[in-house]
Amino acid sequence: MAEIKNYTLNFGPQHPAAHGVLRLVLELDGEVVERADPHIGLLHRGTEKLAEHKTFLQAMPYMDRLDYVSPMCNEHAYVMAVEKLAGIQVPIRAQYIRVMYDEITRILNHLLWLGAVGIDLGAMTMFFYAFRDREDLVDAYEAVAGARLHAAYYRPGGVYRDLPEVMPHYKESKIHNAADVKRMNENRQGSLLDFIEDFTVRFPKHIDEFETLLTDNRIWKQRTVGIGVVTPERAMALGFTGPMLRGSGIAWDLRKKQPYEVYDKMDFDIPVGVEGDCYDRYLVRVEEMRQSLRIIRQCIDWLRKNPGPVMADDLKYAPPKREAMKQNMEELIHHFKFFTEGMHVPAGEVYSAVEHPKGEFGIYLASDGANKPYRMKIRAPGFTHLSSLDEMTRGHMIADVVAIIGTQDIVFGEVDR
Amino acid sequence: MTTDLKILKSNLAEAFGSKVVSLQERLGELTMVVKAADMLSVFTRLRDDAHLRFEELIDLCGIDYSTYGSETCEDGRYLADQPHQGPRFATIYHLLSITHNIRLRVRVFADDDAMPMMDSVIGVWPVANWYEREAFDLYGTIFKGHPDLRRLLTDYGFVGNPFRKDFPLSGTVEMRYDADQRRVIYEPVSIEPREVTPRTMREEQYGRN
Repeated sequence: MAEIKNYTLNFGPQHPAAHGVLRLVLELDGEVVERADPHIGLLHRGTEKLAEHKTFLQAMPYMDRLDYVSPMCNEHAYVMAVEKLAGIQVPIRAQYIRVMYDEITRILNHLLWLGAVGIDLGAMTMFFYAFRDREDLVDAYEAVAGARLHAAYYRPGGVYRDLPEVMPHYKESKIHNAADVKRMNENRQGSLLDFIEDFTVRFPKHIDEFETLLTDNRIWKQRTVGIGVVTPERAMALGFTGPMLRGSGIAWDLRKKQPYEVYDKMDFDIPVGVEGDCYDRYLVRVEEMRQSLRIIRQCIDWLRKNPGPVMADDLKYAPPKREAMKQNMEELIHHFKFFTEGMHVPAGEVYSAVEHPKGEFGIYLASDGANKPYRMKIRAPGFTHLSSLDEMTRGHMIADVVAIIGTQDIVFGEVDR
Repeated sequence: MTTDLKILKSNLAEAFGSKVVSLQERLGELTMVVKAADMLSVFTRLRDDAHLRFEELIDLCGIDYSTYGSETCEDGRYLADQPHQGPRFATIYHLLSITHNIRLRVRVFADDDAMPMMDSVIGVWPVANWYEREAFDLYGTIFKGHPDLRRLLTDYGFVGNPFRKDFPLSGTVEMRYDADQRRVIYEPVSIEPREVTPRTMREEQYGRN
């Protein structure tokens, strides 16, 4: 019989199943993983150091570039940190808009995750299905922020602007004739809220389609059931949060347990797993999409009925109105100081966390009273989850590593920062 | 939450007594400072005591206080006219109790500025593994008892601790491909330090009539 020696395999950094620039050094015994040593930092940009050299407002768009799959949730944690430290009161309408966009972001994130994991584990069709629906949601991003990915929409004190009354329409081109364009513009006749509502009506059926493809699929279950099992005790010791913790059976969700913004007024449920394996984490995330839709619907109803300001009116922390700035000296000076020197946040330190689609995303912000943060630490959920990869993959086959990385929902923008 | 914080405050005072250097509540958050010598026993008790039960270490980060409260001029240098008093380096732990739904921040100052050193909490919370490697990488804090204290985020062969306040934003070396030598080479940075918006301090209530 041939002698089989242990060998070391270098997985990545340019591997499609590594979900970014992960270099994974695997020590294998045949096909069984004995040790996994992830090498990260290939995407390290020093966001935290850069933020120390930018004003509080300039540091905000860096947040989009952390977890670039769910930009607005990252922004949310940061603006909440600044608001808490400076004591800024956020208008209630802005809070509803933020909650609605947080949930849109959650669906965006879970859709990308579902598509990417599907492709990793051999379910090619999922990718196309997921990206079809993502398209409408990034259009909703574009309608408010002008950008489809790096939105930079939230601001300390509220959001950049109110929801638009009209949606942009497709125009006729070489690729799309008049009939096509008419069909594509059908759900864009009303306001942005009508467009999002139309999505919430269509989308539950699409989730059912995803589930038809995967939930009872024999191959999908073979690849995920019993893979990467984490017990509840171990999940807490390893610092898991979000769907990873809930997949292990602990009903912990910051939106319920430590509600921020208007989550305490929302009616929704938290899905919890039983086994703590990859399949349960998949089920949890799919159910979270349905719950997000419920929250979005409640926000739409409220936002329709309650117009109002979307930005705090404290000129020390928010820009003045454009018209006022053109006419009054006081506002002009404030505008100039706000965008050159920036706001001065009182000395102190604060930790603010949001329930990000991937887990708890936190910002620790220390200020010494200057116009720039003294220290900002980003608590990224993916970083913690990836650090447990060694323990989770040990004793599994090499093909399961892909399933485990997949259900950890890793994005390197936030792991490497 | 305020009543919870009061209960936690008294529980902490009862459990640790004189080991608590300071215990401060601000903006609805509780910050406890403990000595580096006591940290392991304090953390173990924080995790295991039924009244505290901080099962999760949510975050661990280093911090460098050397330029706290100092302004910068246009080339980005700190105008450190009044050097910061007290220890330079600290490590900040953010703890979460899932049982009691409460958070706590613990700060531990390193005694030696030249060689900051503290105990590793990897035995209390395994999640500390990468967090401590990160703090070691970025701040040079040494965690005693860590089994595998390697650099984590910076490049292989990187020199320096990039998040220290005396480390320039643009770094010290830059990399390019040299066509003659047919390999990638490192050279000292050619970037002139420049700060578009200098760091400024203002008195409280500045501009508010």
